[in-house]
Amino acid sequence: MSTNDRRRFMTKVGALTGALLAVSMVSGMGSAFAEDFPTAKVNTTKLAVTDKTVKVGILHSATGTMAISETGSIQAEKLAIAQINEMGGVLGRKIEIIQEDGASDWPTFAEKSKKLLENDKVAAVFGCWTSASRKAALPVFEKDNGLLFYPTFYEGLEQSKNVFYTGQEATQQILAGLDWIAKEKKAKTFYLIGSDYIWPRTSMKIARKHIEQHLGGKVVGEEYIALGDTQFGSVINKIKLKKPDVIYAAVVGGSNVAWFKQLNAAGLNSSKQTMLTISVTEDEVLGIGGENLAGFYSAMKYFQSLKNPNNEKFVADFKKMWGPKAVIGDVTQAAYLGPWLWKAAVERAGSFDVDKAVVALPGYELKTAPEGYVKVDPNHHLWSKLRIGKWRADGQADVVYESELIKPDPFPKGYQ
Amino acid sequence: MKTLSDKLLGGKQGVLGLALLALLIMVILPLGLDIFRLNLVGKYLTYAFVALSLVLLWGNGGILSLGQGMFFGLGGYCMAMFLKLEASDPISTKIQTTPGIPDFMDWNQLTALPWFWEPFKSLPFTILAILIVPTIFAYIIGFAMFKRRVGGVYFAIITQAIALILSILIVGQQGYTGGVNGITDLKTMLGWDIRTDSAKYILYYVNALLLFGCIFLSRYILTSKFGMLLLAMRDKEERVRFSGYDVSDFKIFTFCVAAMISAIGGAMFTLQVGFMSPSFVGIVPSIEMVIFAAVGGRMSLIGAVYGTLLVNYGKTVFSETYPELWLFLMGGLFIAVVMFFPDGLAGIYQKHARKIPFLKRWVAEEKQKQTDAHASHGKVGTKLGAEA
Repeated sequence: MSTNDRRRFMTKVGALTGALLAVSMVSGMGSAFAEDFPTAKVNTTKLAVTDKTVKVGILHSATGTMAISETGSIQAEKLAIAQINEMGGVLGRKIEIIQEDGASDWPTFAEKSKKLLENDKVAAVFGCWTSASRKAALPVFEKDNGLLFYPTFYEGLEQSKNVFYTGQEATQQILAGLDWIAKEKKAKTFYLIGSDYIWPRTSMKIARKHIEQHLGGKVVGEEYIALGDTQFGSVINKIKLKKPDVIYAAVVGGSNVAWFKQLNAAGLNSSKQTMLTISVTEDEVLGIGGENLAGFYSAMKYFQSLKNPNNEKFVADFKKMWGPKAVIGDVTQAAYLGPWLWKAAVERAGSFDVDKAVVALPGYELKTAPEGYVKVDPNHHLWSKLRIGKWRADGQADVVYESELIKPDPFPKGYQ
Repeated sequence: MKTLSDKLLGGKQGVLGLALLALLIMVILPLGLDIFRLNLVGKYLTYAFVALSLVLLWGNGGILSLGQGMFFGLGGYCMAMFLKLEASDPISTKIQTTPGIPDFMDWNQLTALPWFWEPFKSLPFTILAILIVPTIFAYIIGFAMFKRRVGGVYFAIITQAIALILSILIVGQQGYTGGVNGITDLKTMLGWDIRTDSAKYILYYVNALLLFGCIFLSRYILTSKFGMLLLAMRDKEERVRFSGYDVSDFKIFTFCVAAMISAIGGAMFTLQVGFMSPSFVGIVPSIEMVIFAAVGGRMSLIGAVYGTLLVNYGKTVFSETYPELWLFLMGGLFIAVVMFFPDGLAGIYQKHARKIPFLKRWVAEEKQKQTDAHASHGKVGTKLGAEA
């Protein structure tokens, strides 16, 4: 069997298990027909719900500097919605998508949120990526009582009635990862580096507290570089001088490419330096190039290479819909959870009304998530595991560590 | 001599143009659009302040500023600071480590309100600051540049650099400014909820009235002797200087007025949209505003308003209809305007208004008047730009 044949075979197996899973999910759920749920009953707040359809919004940047990151989320959300529709939709209604472009511009996110909520009356929105875009859109969702599913790992310090956070908040991503690297690599000295905005700064604040108070380690340097900056010469010199056991990095966007290339050029590759990043997923690796990254570690809740039946089906379906070259990063997977969680919320509530769906969702356990089991906490974040991936030159990661389920804690005591 | 009303309204043709614009903004749009769309128009109209300031500065003064966004941003930030302080009362921020300060300060380990935030607890101070801070800032830049006779392309590049510096500063000092997120979650102004529909209507009209106020102010400046000098400076700066005028002072003054007009737009933006972010301070928004003015016709005050409305309407419609292709459509629109209508919308109006019979007479009268005006100002300028 050639590798090619084997891959094809695996895809077929994946598709088969997928189909089986879908069938079992449908039968397990029991069939929902629109007649059982009259529109007047399931929609008392004038949302865009008819006897046959329900409208939802997708709001990400399809253009501009963030498009490269957010496209994966759009694709995952569309995939999930297509799958839900195949299974008969939500409360017997097919989901119709209204897609809007946030254009990598935060005020546009606010404008388009308003459009989706006030004009289109969508029942839920899957969207936003950067914290800045979420912060811009949040007041709109709170005022219009909309429902947002937000996929990105982020800094925490937020909890809104109108938002469910399907990515990790900062402590879920940071603490277990630092524990692992301190134990595994006997690391005592850390060098923190991040892009200069709220997420890296909050993350580093939590990391520093954890390193100093719980790990007995020392932070030998903390550095922030402007978003989009590509000059790392002086930082790299400082790192060479301080010789930290671990570089702990949260560099984002275009800066990432320069950061890893210049590190390599300066001779600080993974054979000489240990690095743990919290900002590199499979999507970023496409731009950075696996060879510049091989041997470094990322702390995420999801990697494309995860081995479990849910994920194999998800990866196969994703590639079937978006082409064999598509890669799936942490946020893409988290975005995929959004529509499924919304479906669960609506079905548990027996209503599309935001007020009812919002209270119905906490406590829900999603067992079919590609990342494995997740549970919705009353604080609107997800219980999830942390994984450490070691990057390979081909742009995929080997998962070398998996934590227990971690409770989300967006307002961590002792870390503020 | 022209009377004051002539100066403010710009003669019969000017009255017609203004009346049409007022009809559109004050009556047709509010009646024809739901509150969501009207609020969007209100947002566009705040950009029109900047486009207006560019007509004054660039179209008539020949001073191309690629950094008008910074004044828009400064005005907006002043307003946002006031609203943010009001939204951060100790009760609604009690989950913070330090209650009573804006949330982003708390996230950045600040434990007390910085001194320069203190005065923004007062509304009169804030309004004053919206008008004065950008003006002083413009004065410093203008003084440093124009006194040294820096002009043209160099001035454009320097304003662009300063806009970039300012946006990096705001992003970098996130403990004091909210960083890249900006200042968000603004709710009330002196207890008045600015997010309700009725508040949006009121703010829309306040904004529209202020816009007309600024049009009158600009038109007054342009039709005065000062306006003549401005045109003369644009076309033959050396000649004006040799005639005994201190060119730099006039330029500084114009730059300051333009900054103040932009800042009013910024403050109204914050009120209507409910937040302010550094994405309005940098290079991209500043250049966008130049595009609005160019599409409208850089010589025409009213054209600038139409240009802003048209470009932003296009942006919204295209991006709603084709979320993944709309930037190409916008690019196509700009190229088409620049290639086929170098004088923008106002150019089209000028060209075709003459063909409508009853307008013909007015235009002719207007021309006669302008010629008279020229004669009385014999000393300066022979070329008067088209002014709709």
